[in-house]
Amino acid sequence: MTPLAKSSYTMVDGNEAAARIAHLLSEVIAIYPITPASPMGELADAWSHQGQSNLWGVVPDVIEMQSEAGAAGAIHGALTVGALSTTFTASQGLLLMLPNMYKIAGELTPTVIHVAARTVATHALSIFGDHSDVMSARQTGFAILSSASVQEAQDMAVVAHLATLESRIPFLHFFDGFRTSHEINKIELIDEDSLRDLIDEDLIAGHRIRALNPNNPMLRGSAQNPDVFFQAREAANPYYDAVPLIVADAMDRIAKVTGRRHGLFEYSGAPDAETVMVIMGSGAGAADETVTRLIREGHKVGLLVVKLYRPFDASVFASVLPKTTKRVIAMDRTKEPGAVGDPLYLDVVAALSEEGRRIEVYGGRYGLSSKEFTPSMVAGAFNEVTRDTPRRHFTVGIVDDVTNNSVDWDEDWWVEPDEVTRAIFFGLGSDGTVGANKNSVKIIGESTDLSAQGYFVYDSKKAGSRTISHLRISPQPIESTYLIRHADFVAVHQFDFLESIDVLEVARPGATILLNSPYPADEIWGRLPIEAQGQIVEKDLEVWAIDAAAIARETGLGGRVNTVLQTCFFHLTDFLPADKSVAAIKRHIRDSYGKRGETVVRRNEEAVDRAIDGLFEVAVGEAAGPLRISDPVPEIAPEFVKRVTAMMLAGKGDLLPVSALPVDGAFPTGTAMWEKRSIADEIPIWDPDICIDCGRCALVCPHAAIRFKAFDPDIPVPEGFLWKESTGQDLRGKRIVIQVAPDDCTGCRICVEICPAKSKEIVKHKAINMAPIDDHLERERRNFEYFLEIPEMDRSQVNAFSVKGSQLLEPLFEFSGACAGCGETPYLKLITQMMGDRMIVANATGCSSIYGGNLPTTPWTTNADGRGPAWSNSLFEDNAEFGLGMRLALQAQRSDAILLVTALAPDLGQLAVDILETIENLDRSDIDALVNRQRTHVTELKKRLGNMAGPLPKRLEGVADSLIETSIWIVGGDGWAYDIGFGGLDHVLASGRDINILVLDTEVYSNTGGQASKATPRAAIAKFASGGKETAKKDLGKIAMSYGNVYVAQIAMGANLTQTVKTLAEAEAHRGVSLVIAYSPCIAHGIDMTKQLSHQKLATDTGYWPLYRYDPAREDAGEPGLRLDSRKPKIPFKDFASKEARFAVLGRADPEGAERLLREAQHDIDNRWHLYEQMVQIHRTAEYAEVEE
Amino acid sequence: MSADLSTDYLGLKLAHPVVPSASPLTGDIDHIHALVEAGAPAVVLPSLFEEQIEHDAMAVHFSIELGADGFGESAGGFFPQLDDYNTGPEDYLDLIRRAKAEVSVPVIASLNGVSSGGWTLYAQILSDQGIDALELNIYRIAADLGLTSEDVERSYVELVETIKKSVDLPLAVKIGPYFSSMGHMALRLVDAGADALVMFNRFYQPDIDLETLGVTPNLVLSDPVELRLVLRWLAILYGRVGCDMAATSGIHEASDAIKALLAGATVTMMASALLENGPSRLTEVRDGMESWFSERGYDSVDQARGSLSYSSVPDPGVFERTSYMKTLTSYVPTW
Repeated sequence: MTPLAKSSYTMVDGNEAAARIAHLLSEVIAIYPITPASPMGELADAWSHQGQSNLWGVVPDVIEMQSEAGAAGAIHGALTVGALSTTFTASQGLLLMLPNMYKIAGELTPTVIHVAARTVATHALSIFGDHSDVMSARQTGFAILSSASVQEAQDMAVVAHLATLESRIPFLHFFDGFRTSHEINKIELIDEDSLRDLIDEDLIAGHRIRALNPNNPMLRGSAQNPDVFFQAREAANPYYDAVPLIVADAMDRIAKVTGRRHGLFEYSGAPDAETVMVIMGSGAGAADETVTRLIREGHKVGLLVVKLYRPFDASVFASVLPKTTKRVIAMDRTKEPGAVGDPLYLDVVAALSEEGRRIEVYGGRYGLSSKEFTPSMVAGAFNEVTRDTPRRHFTVGIVDDVTNNSVDWDEDWWVEPDEVTRAIFFGLGSDGTVGANKNSVKIIGESTDLSAQGYFVYDSKKAGSRTISHLRISPQPIESTYLIRHADFVAVHQFDFLESIDVLEVARPGATILLNSPYPADEIWGRLPIEAQGQIVEKDLEVWAIDAAAIARETGLGGRVNTVLQTCFFHLTDFLPADKSVAAIKRHIRDSYGKRGETVVRRNEEAVDRAIDGLFEVAVGEAAGPLRISDPVPEIAPEFVKRVTAMMLAGKGDLLPVSALPVDGAFPTGTAMWEKRSIADEIPIWDPDICIDCGRCALVCPHAAIRFKAFDPDIPVPEGFLWKESTGQDLRGKRIVIQVAPDDCTGCRICVEICPAKSKEIVKHKAINMAPIDDHLERERRNFEYFLEIPEMDRSQVNAFSVKGSQLLEPLFEFSGACAGCGETPYLKLITQMMGDRMIVANATGCSSIYGGNLPTTPWTTNADGRGPAWSNSLFEDNAEFGLGMRLALQAQRSDAILLVTALAPDLGQLAVDILETIENLDRSDIDALVNRQRTHVTELKKRLGNMAGPLPKRLEGVADSLIETSIWIVGGDGWAYDIGFGGLDHVLASGRDINILVLDTEVYSNTGGQASKATPRAAIAKFASGGKETAKKDLGKIAMSYGNVYVAQIAMGANLTQTVKTLAEAEAHRGVSLVIAYSPCIAHGIDMTKQLSHQKLATDTGYWPLYRYDPAREDAGEPGLRLDSRKPKIPFKDFASKEARFAVLGRADPEGAERLLREAQHDIDNRWHLYEQMVQIHRTAEYAEVEE
Repeated sequence: MSADLSTDYLGLKLAHPVVPSASPLTGDIDHIHALVEAGAPAVVLPSLFEEQIEHDAMAVHFSIELGADGFGESAGGFFPQLDDYNTGPEDYLDLIRRAKAEVSVPVIASLNGVSSGGWTLYAQILSDQGIDALELNIYRIAADLGLTSEDVERSYVELVETIKKSVDLPLAVKIGPYFSSMGHMALRLVDAGADALVMFNRFYQPDIDLETLGVTPNLVLSDPVELRLVLRWLAILYGRVGCDMAATSGIHEASDAIKALLAGATVTMMASALLENGPSRLTEVRDGMESWFSERGYDSVDQARGSLSYSSVPDPGVFERTSYMKTLTSYVPTW
């Protein structure tokens, strides 16, 4: 965390390496969170908060903006007035900066933007790395400098800052997202004194002199006409011409300090190479290893790594290519559809042409979205261009069986050197495996002369997510920029992983295996599936085991098995002598946890001390089963799920060929139901004798894993299937069942928390109780299967807009990968029960777009008729507009349909009359009945149109569905609604169109890891608000109410279920814009998510989250529009705040500051309530009298 | 002539025997000042709870770790790293330091541990801060039905022995009355090293919420009637156990304090009445006590102390079981 003052080796990731330099060399830093660049902003903010100064003793001012566009604007302003200013970003964030980048460059303003290069969303979003973002900025006028490793992320950051000051050309410095930004490696830090020596103060003075200053005024940002714009644009040419030399000079100066020599283009390989690969970014690591081996095998090959990509110095480029070069392979980590070739290819072709070199150039595309790029793939590329008829353009790393552009490669060709020890750890997101491995590489890297590298792979789930840690240790520097395929050590931190994936496939012969096993030594072998047994026998693996979970539990560490297993790792390897490794682990425990208290340190130390004693070797038997790795999806799954989804679920998505994937990013919904994850240790079990049929358990379940149905007594039920007679008048004579989906439950237990029915004999026994899954799995699986066969309720028989009625209806959002106990998903599920079969969702980027739309599966699903929510995610910033566009389209189509029905009325007869009348007298009071009538009309209409000739019937068929009511829901989090998307949201609020907006307000950027938004309340800590947020939360509802015609409501399910259901129904019924702001507890609040409903209640009882509905219809009826649905607060805010770590932790770190902020936050609450109390009594509409002339 | 109220307690010279006991009031330096200004001859700080310290640290730890490195975008967790979390006893130590520096009366720290290691660790830490005496606030609910009364009593005794060996401080032991043989237990504690017994501690008791059918533990302020139990044991033990005795629970007015002294208390301790009425109540009690003793011609409280104890009353049986019988039979309904 703390920048080191003196030159030394340290273990950091690429983000930290670059951010340290940026922080040392800047005065103003504007930030906005975006993966994978967020940590740079977070570190800069944290350093400044801690009072860390820049090179000149000033603490940089770090400010979070509302978007990357805002950050770019802020640094543009800071630069214009002469500050040293920087920002960090990636992907769409960089795209949002583009307009300002043109301006900054056009004004010759020195700055550096550090980019963790990430895929730009096209057919899909991806948080992973490639160069599509950077390549979108190559025309801005920024110089572009590339780093290929963690060490370079530091070194090139320095080069960029030096060169921008001297050249006045702004720099974009980038390194590959995740692969470099998140890889931990051993680097040598440049100390502050050396940095100071490298900086030319006169250049800074020059920057200040050029700044806007009323004492020496000038005008910038003029508008120019055809007479001079062109010439002025050319006036800056000499500055660009000078950049390559300036950069080369900066590289030379750094080399003098560090001994590390860099060039604009770095060539390595055979001096008489005939084939040279040109590459940029982290792929250079794999390419370098390949070239070294190919040369050893007698091939005349070389590697040219591009560092300064813009300005592209063709002459230097050509000069470093050996004269013997016959072929160049230009490798692009981006795709430019429709171009002659991808960008680097085009630059290489043009440069060689201009330099008069007659060399064949081939373009290879690789590594999109962090796709693996291995030495074998590099070899495949070299093989391709030396074939008799090589492809001019090819891809590598995938199998393209559609356009056949991909080259073959043999993954077994590459074997890593023996001197490199490779270890892989399979863990759960929640068990601390990744954190422990980060510590392990730091221990090895900092305590020994060895080099160490850590890289971490995550799946796309938030609950029960799997992590795979890849650790390399070597006497030589490690530049292997790809995943480990043959491991010397494999640790399986969760035993049940063995049952679902072949985790031992990656073990090399003779490797050591470490299992975290709940089973005793004599049981373990029989608990292994036959596939694992086979691997162990065949590869002669040495298997060790420990019950780390028991030790963690007994030492008071909960489910965090990390410390125990980390100790075992060091014990079973020999990087450090036993006593030294234990001492080093304990030292890191103190470093990591010391500030949290001696208790935390002591308990972890105790776990370390107990680890070795608990370790035992497993006796290897015969590979005879009886267990087998389960199939990823059942045989009855749809074809697409079996062919495509199942491969992704099995961790083999890399093997899917191009033909397996949709061409336009459109996927079937209803796929989460096939992904049976079984991640809960305990599941809720129903006791019908106590149940009071309220349906609350089903309503609050974040994963739709608790289901509620009513059915007729004549439906037979199998033995062991639980049911009860309905007790309510509404379902008289029916039977009801509450059923758990045992494999889909995450074990969050909030269903048990909400259950109001307690046994009269034993109050802890409720109508629903948690019980070990192992005791109930088989029965509940059978029962859930049968439950699904029971017919769904007829919607006309229940009130879909009531708490109980809504729960009797089928949820069309189920089994998402959201966090256990998620505060957002119950709202979405509820809406799908109320109106899912007629809704379209425009979903802003964020948690809801990830648990909603991140492959392999989606929770959005369909009913038996095949109807269900249609869903799409456009961007983060444009979601309101995206949803508005959907409504405009439906309105346009309906207008067209009405015209066509009218035109075809003579043929359609009474049907046309009925259709037009229904639309004209649109009565939404019974929306289900209306929709049924419209569907009947449209079905009949389509049938009739099919038999009619001419263009009009065909055209009407295309728009006929618009005659059915469709509910548009614009869904997103507070980061979108309050910050980056607010401008668009505001415009949509003002549009008056029939649109529903649901803001899932977690009061923080949850998806990017917990940064403050304008929804973050005063006094809460968050990233970018380390000292507690100093300003009050924006009152979005009040802003929306100011329009007068917008339905606005605040809801909190845990505070009032009825108000929640009623509000959502009213929102849909409102013929205009509706804005519903839903309180959504999140793990970023630092609370026990099991109790999240009680936090909602307390939030409301304290007035922190008042419930209200503002209905313009009431205004029209002459009543005040606003109605408060919660009582006047009687409990102080601090009673709520003390229960949430986001508030409470600040009280520990800064008691006085926290007390002040809590006092001010109480004032915020009091003032808002006072205001609302007045608002519920006022009429905003005046009575108008007709003026008679 | 005024009666001399000065009192020796735990070897400390106190101006009078009315001491603010451990309560939230003594947990705040401003309130401590107010109490001393009101005449408090010493202060007993609120208990440092080992369990609370451990719980806080782990709660902070778990909440910071929640979701950390769970998925690609939550690397490092959801919260910024802060400079310090102050989960240890530092706040409490700071209170001691300020109290010692800012007020002239003796400062007695109170400790409630859970583990044997924790008791001694924190006793030493408190001792290092220069406190004048240490009060061990021990209570143990033996919900484990396998524990015998001897197991429980031995754990008390061993704890006192261990602490006495580890710190060189006057040691008061605050206990509850629920021993089969309270008197014998008192002797054992004194043998183990207790310099004073503080009788009796009060702690959270469960209540039942009829609305939610939940159990809601809480602490209600004391009632003067609670003094009766204290009086009994003060009287029985006075002069027979060889240590100081502090009366706590139910002392609200001067008359309560006087009764406690007559029964044998070395000092009387107040919390609930001070919380309800403010520090001035302490002045009132002291003044009331002084008047009472003076008006009746006592030279000093030492003279009066224990004058109505078990050994000093003509019929010590009133403190034994018959007293229960008598009370019951003399009770006349008023309706």
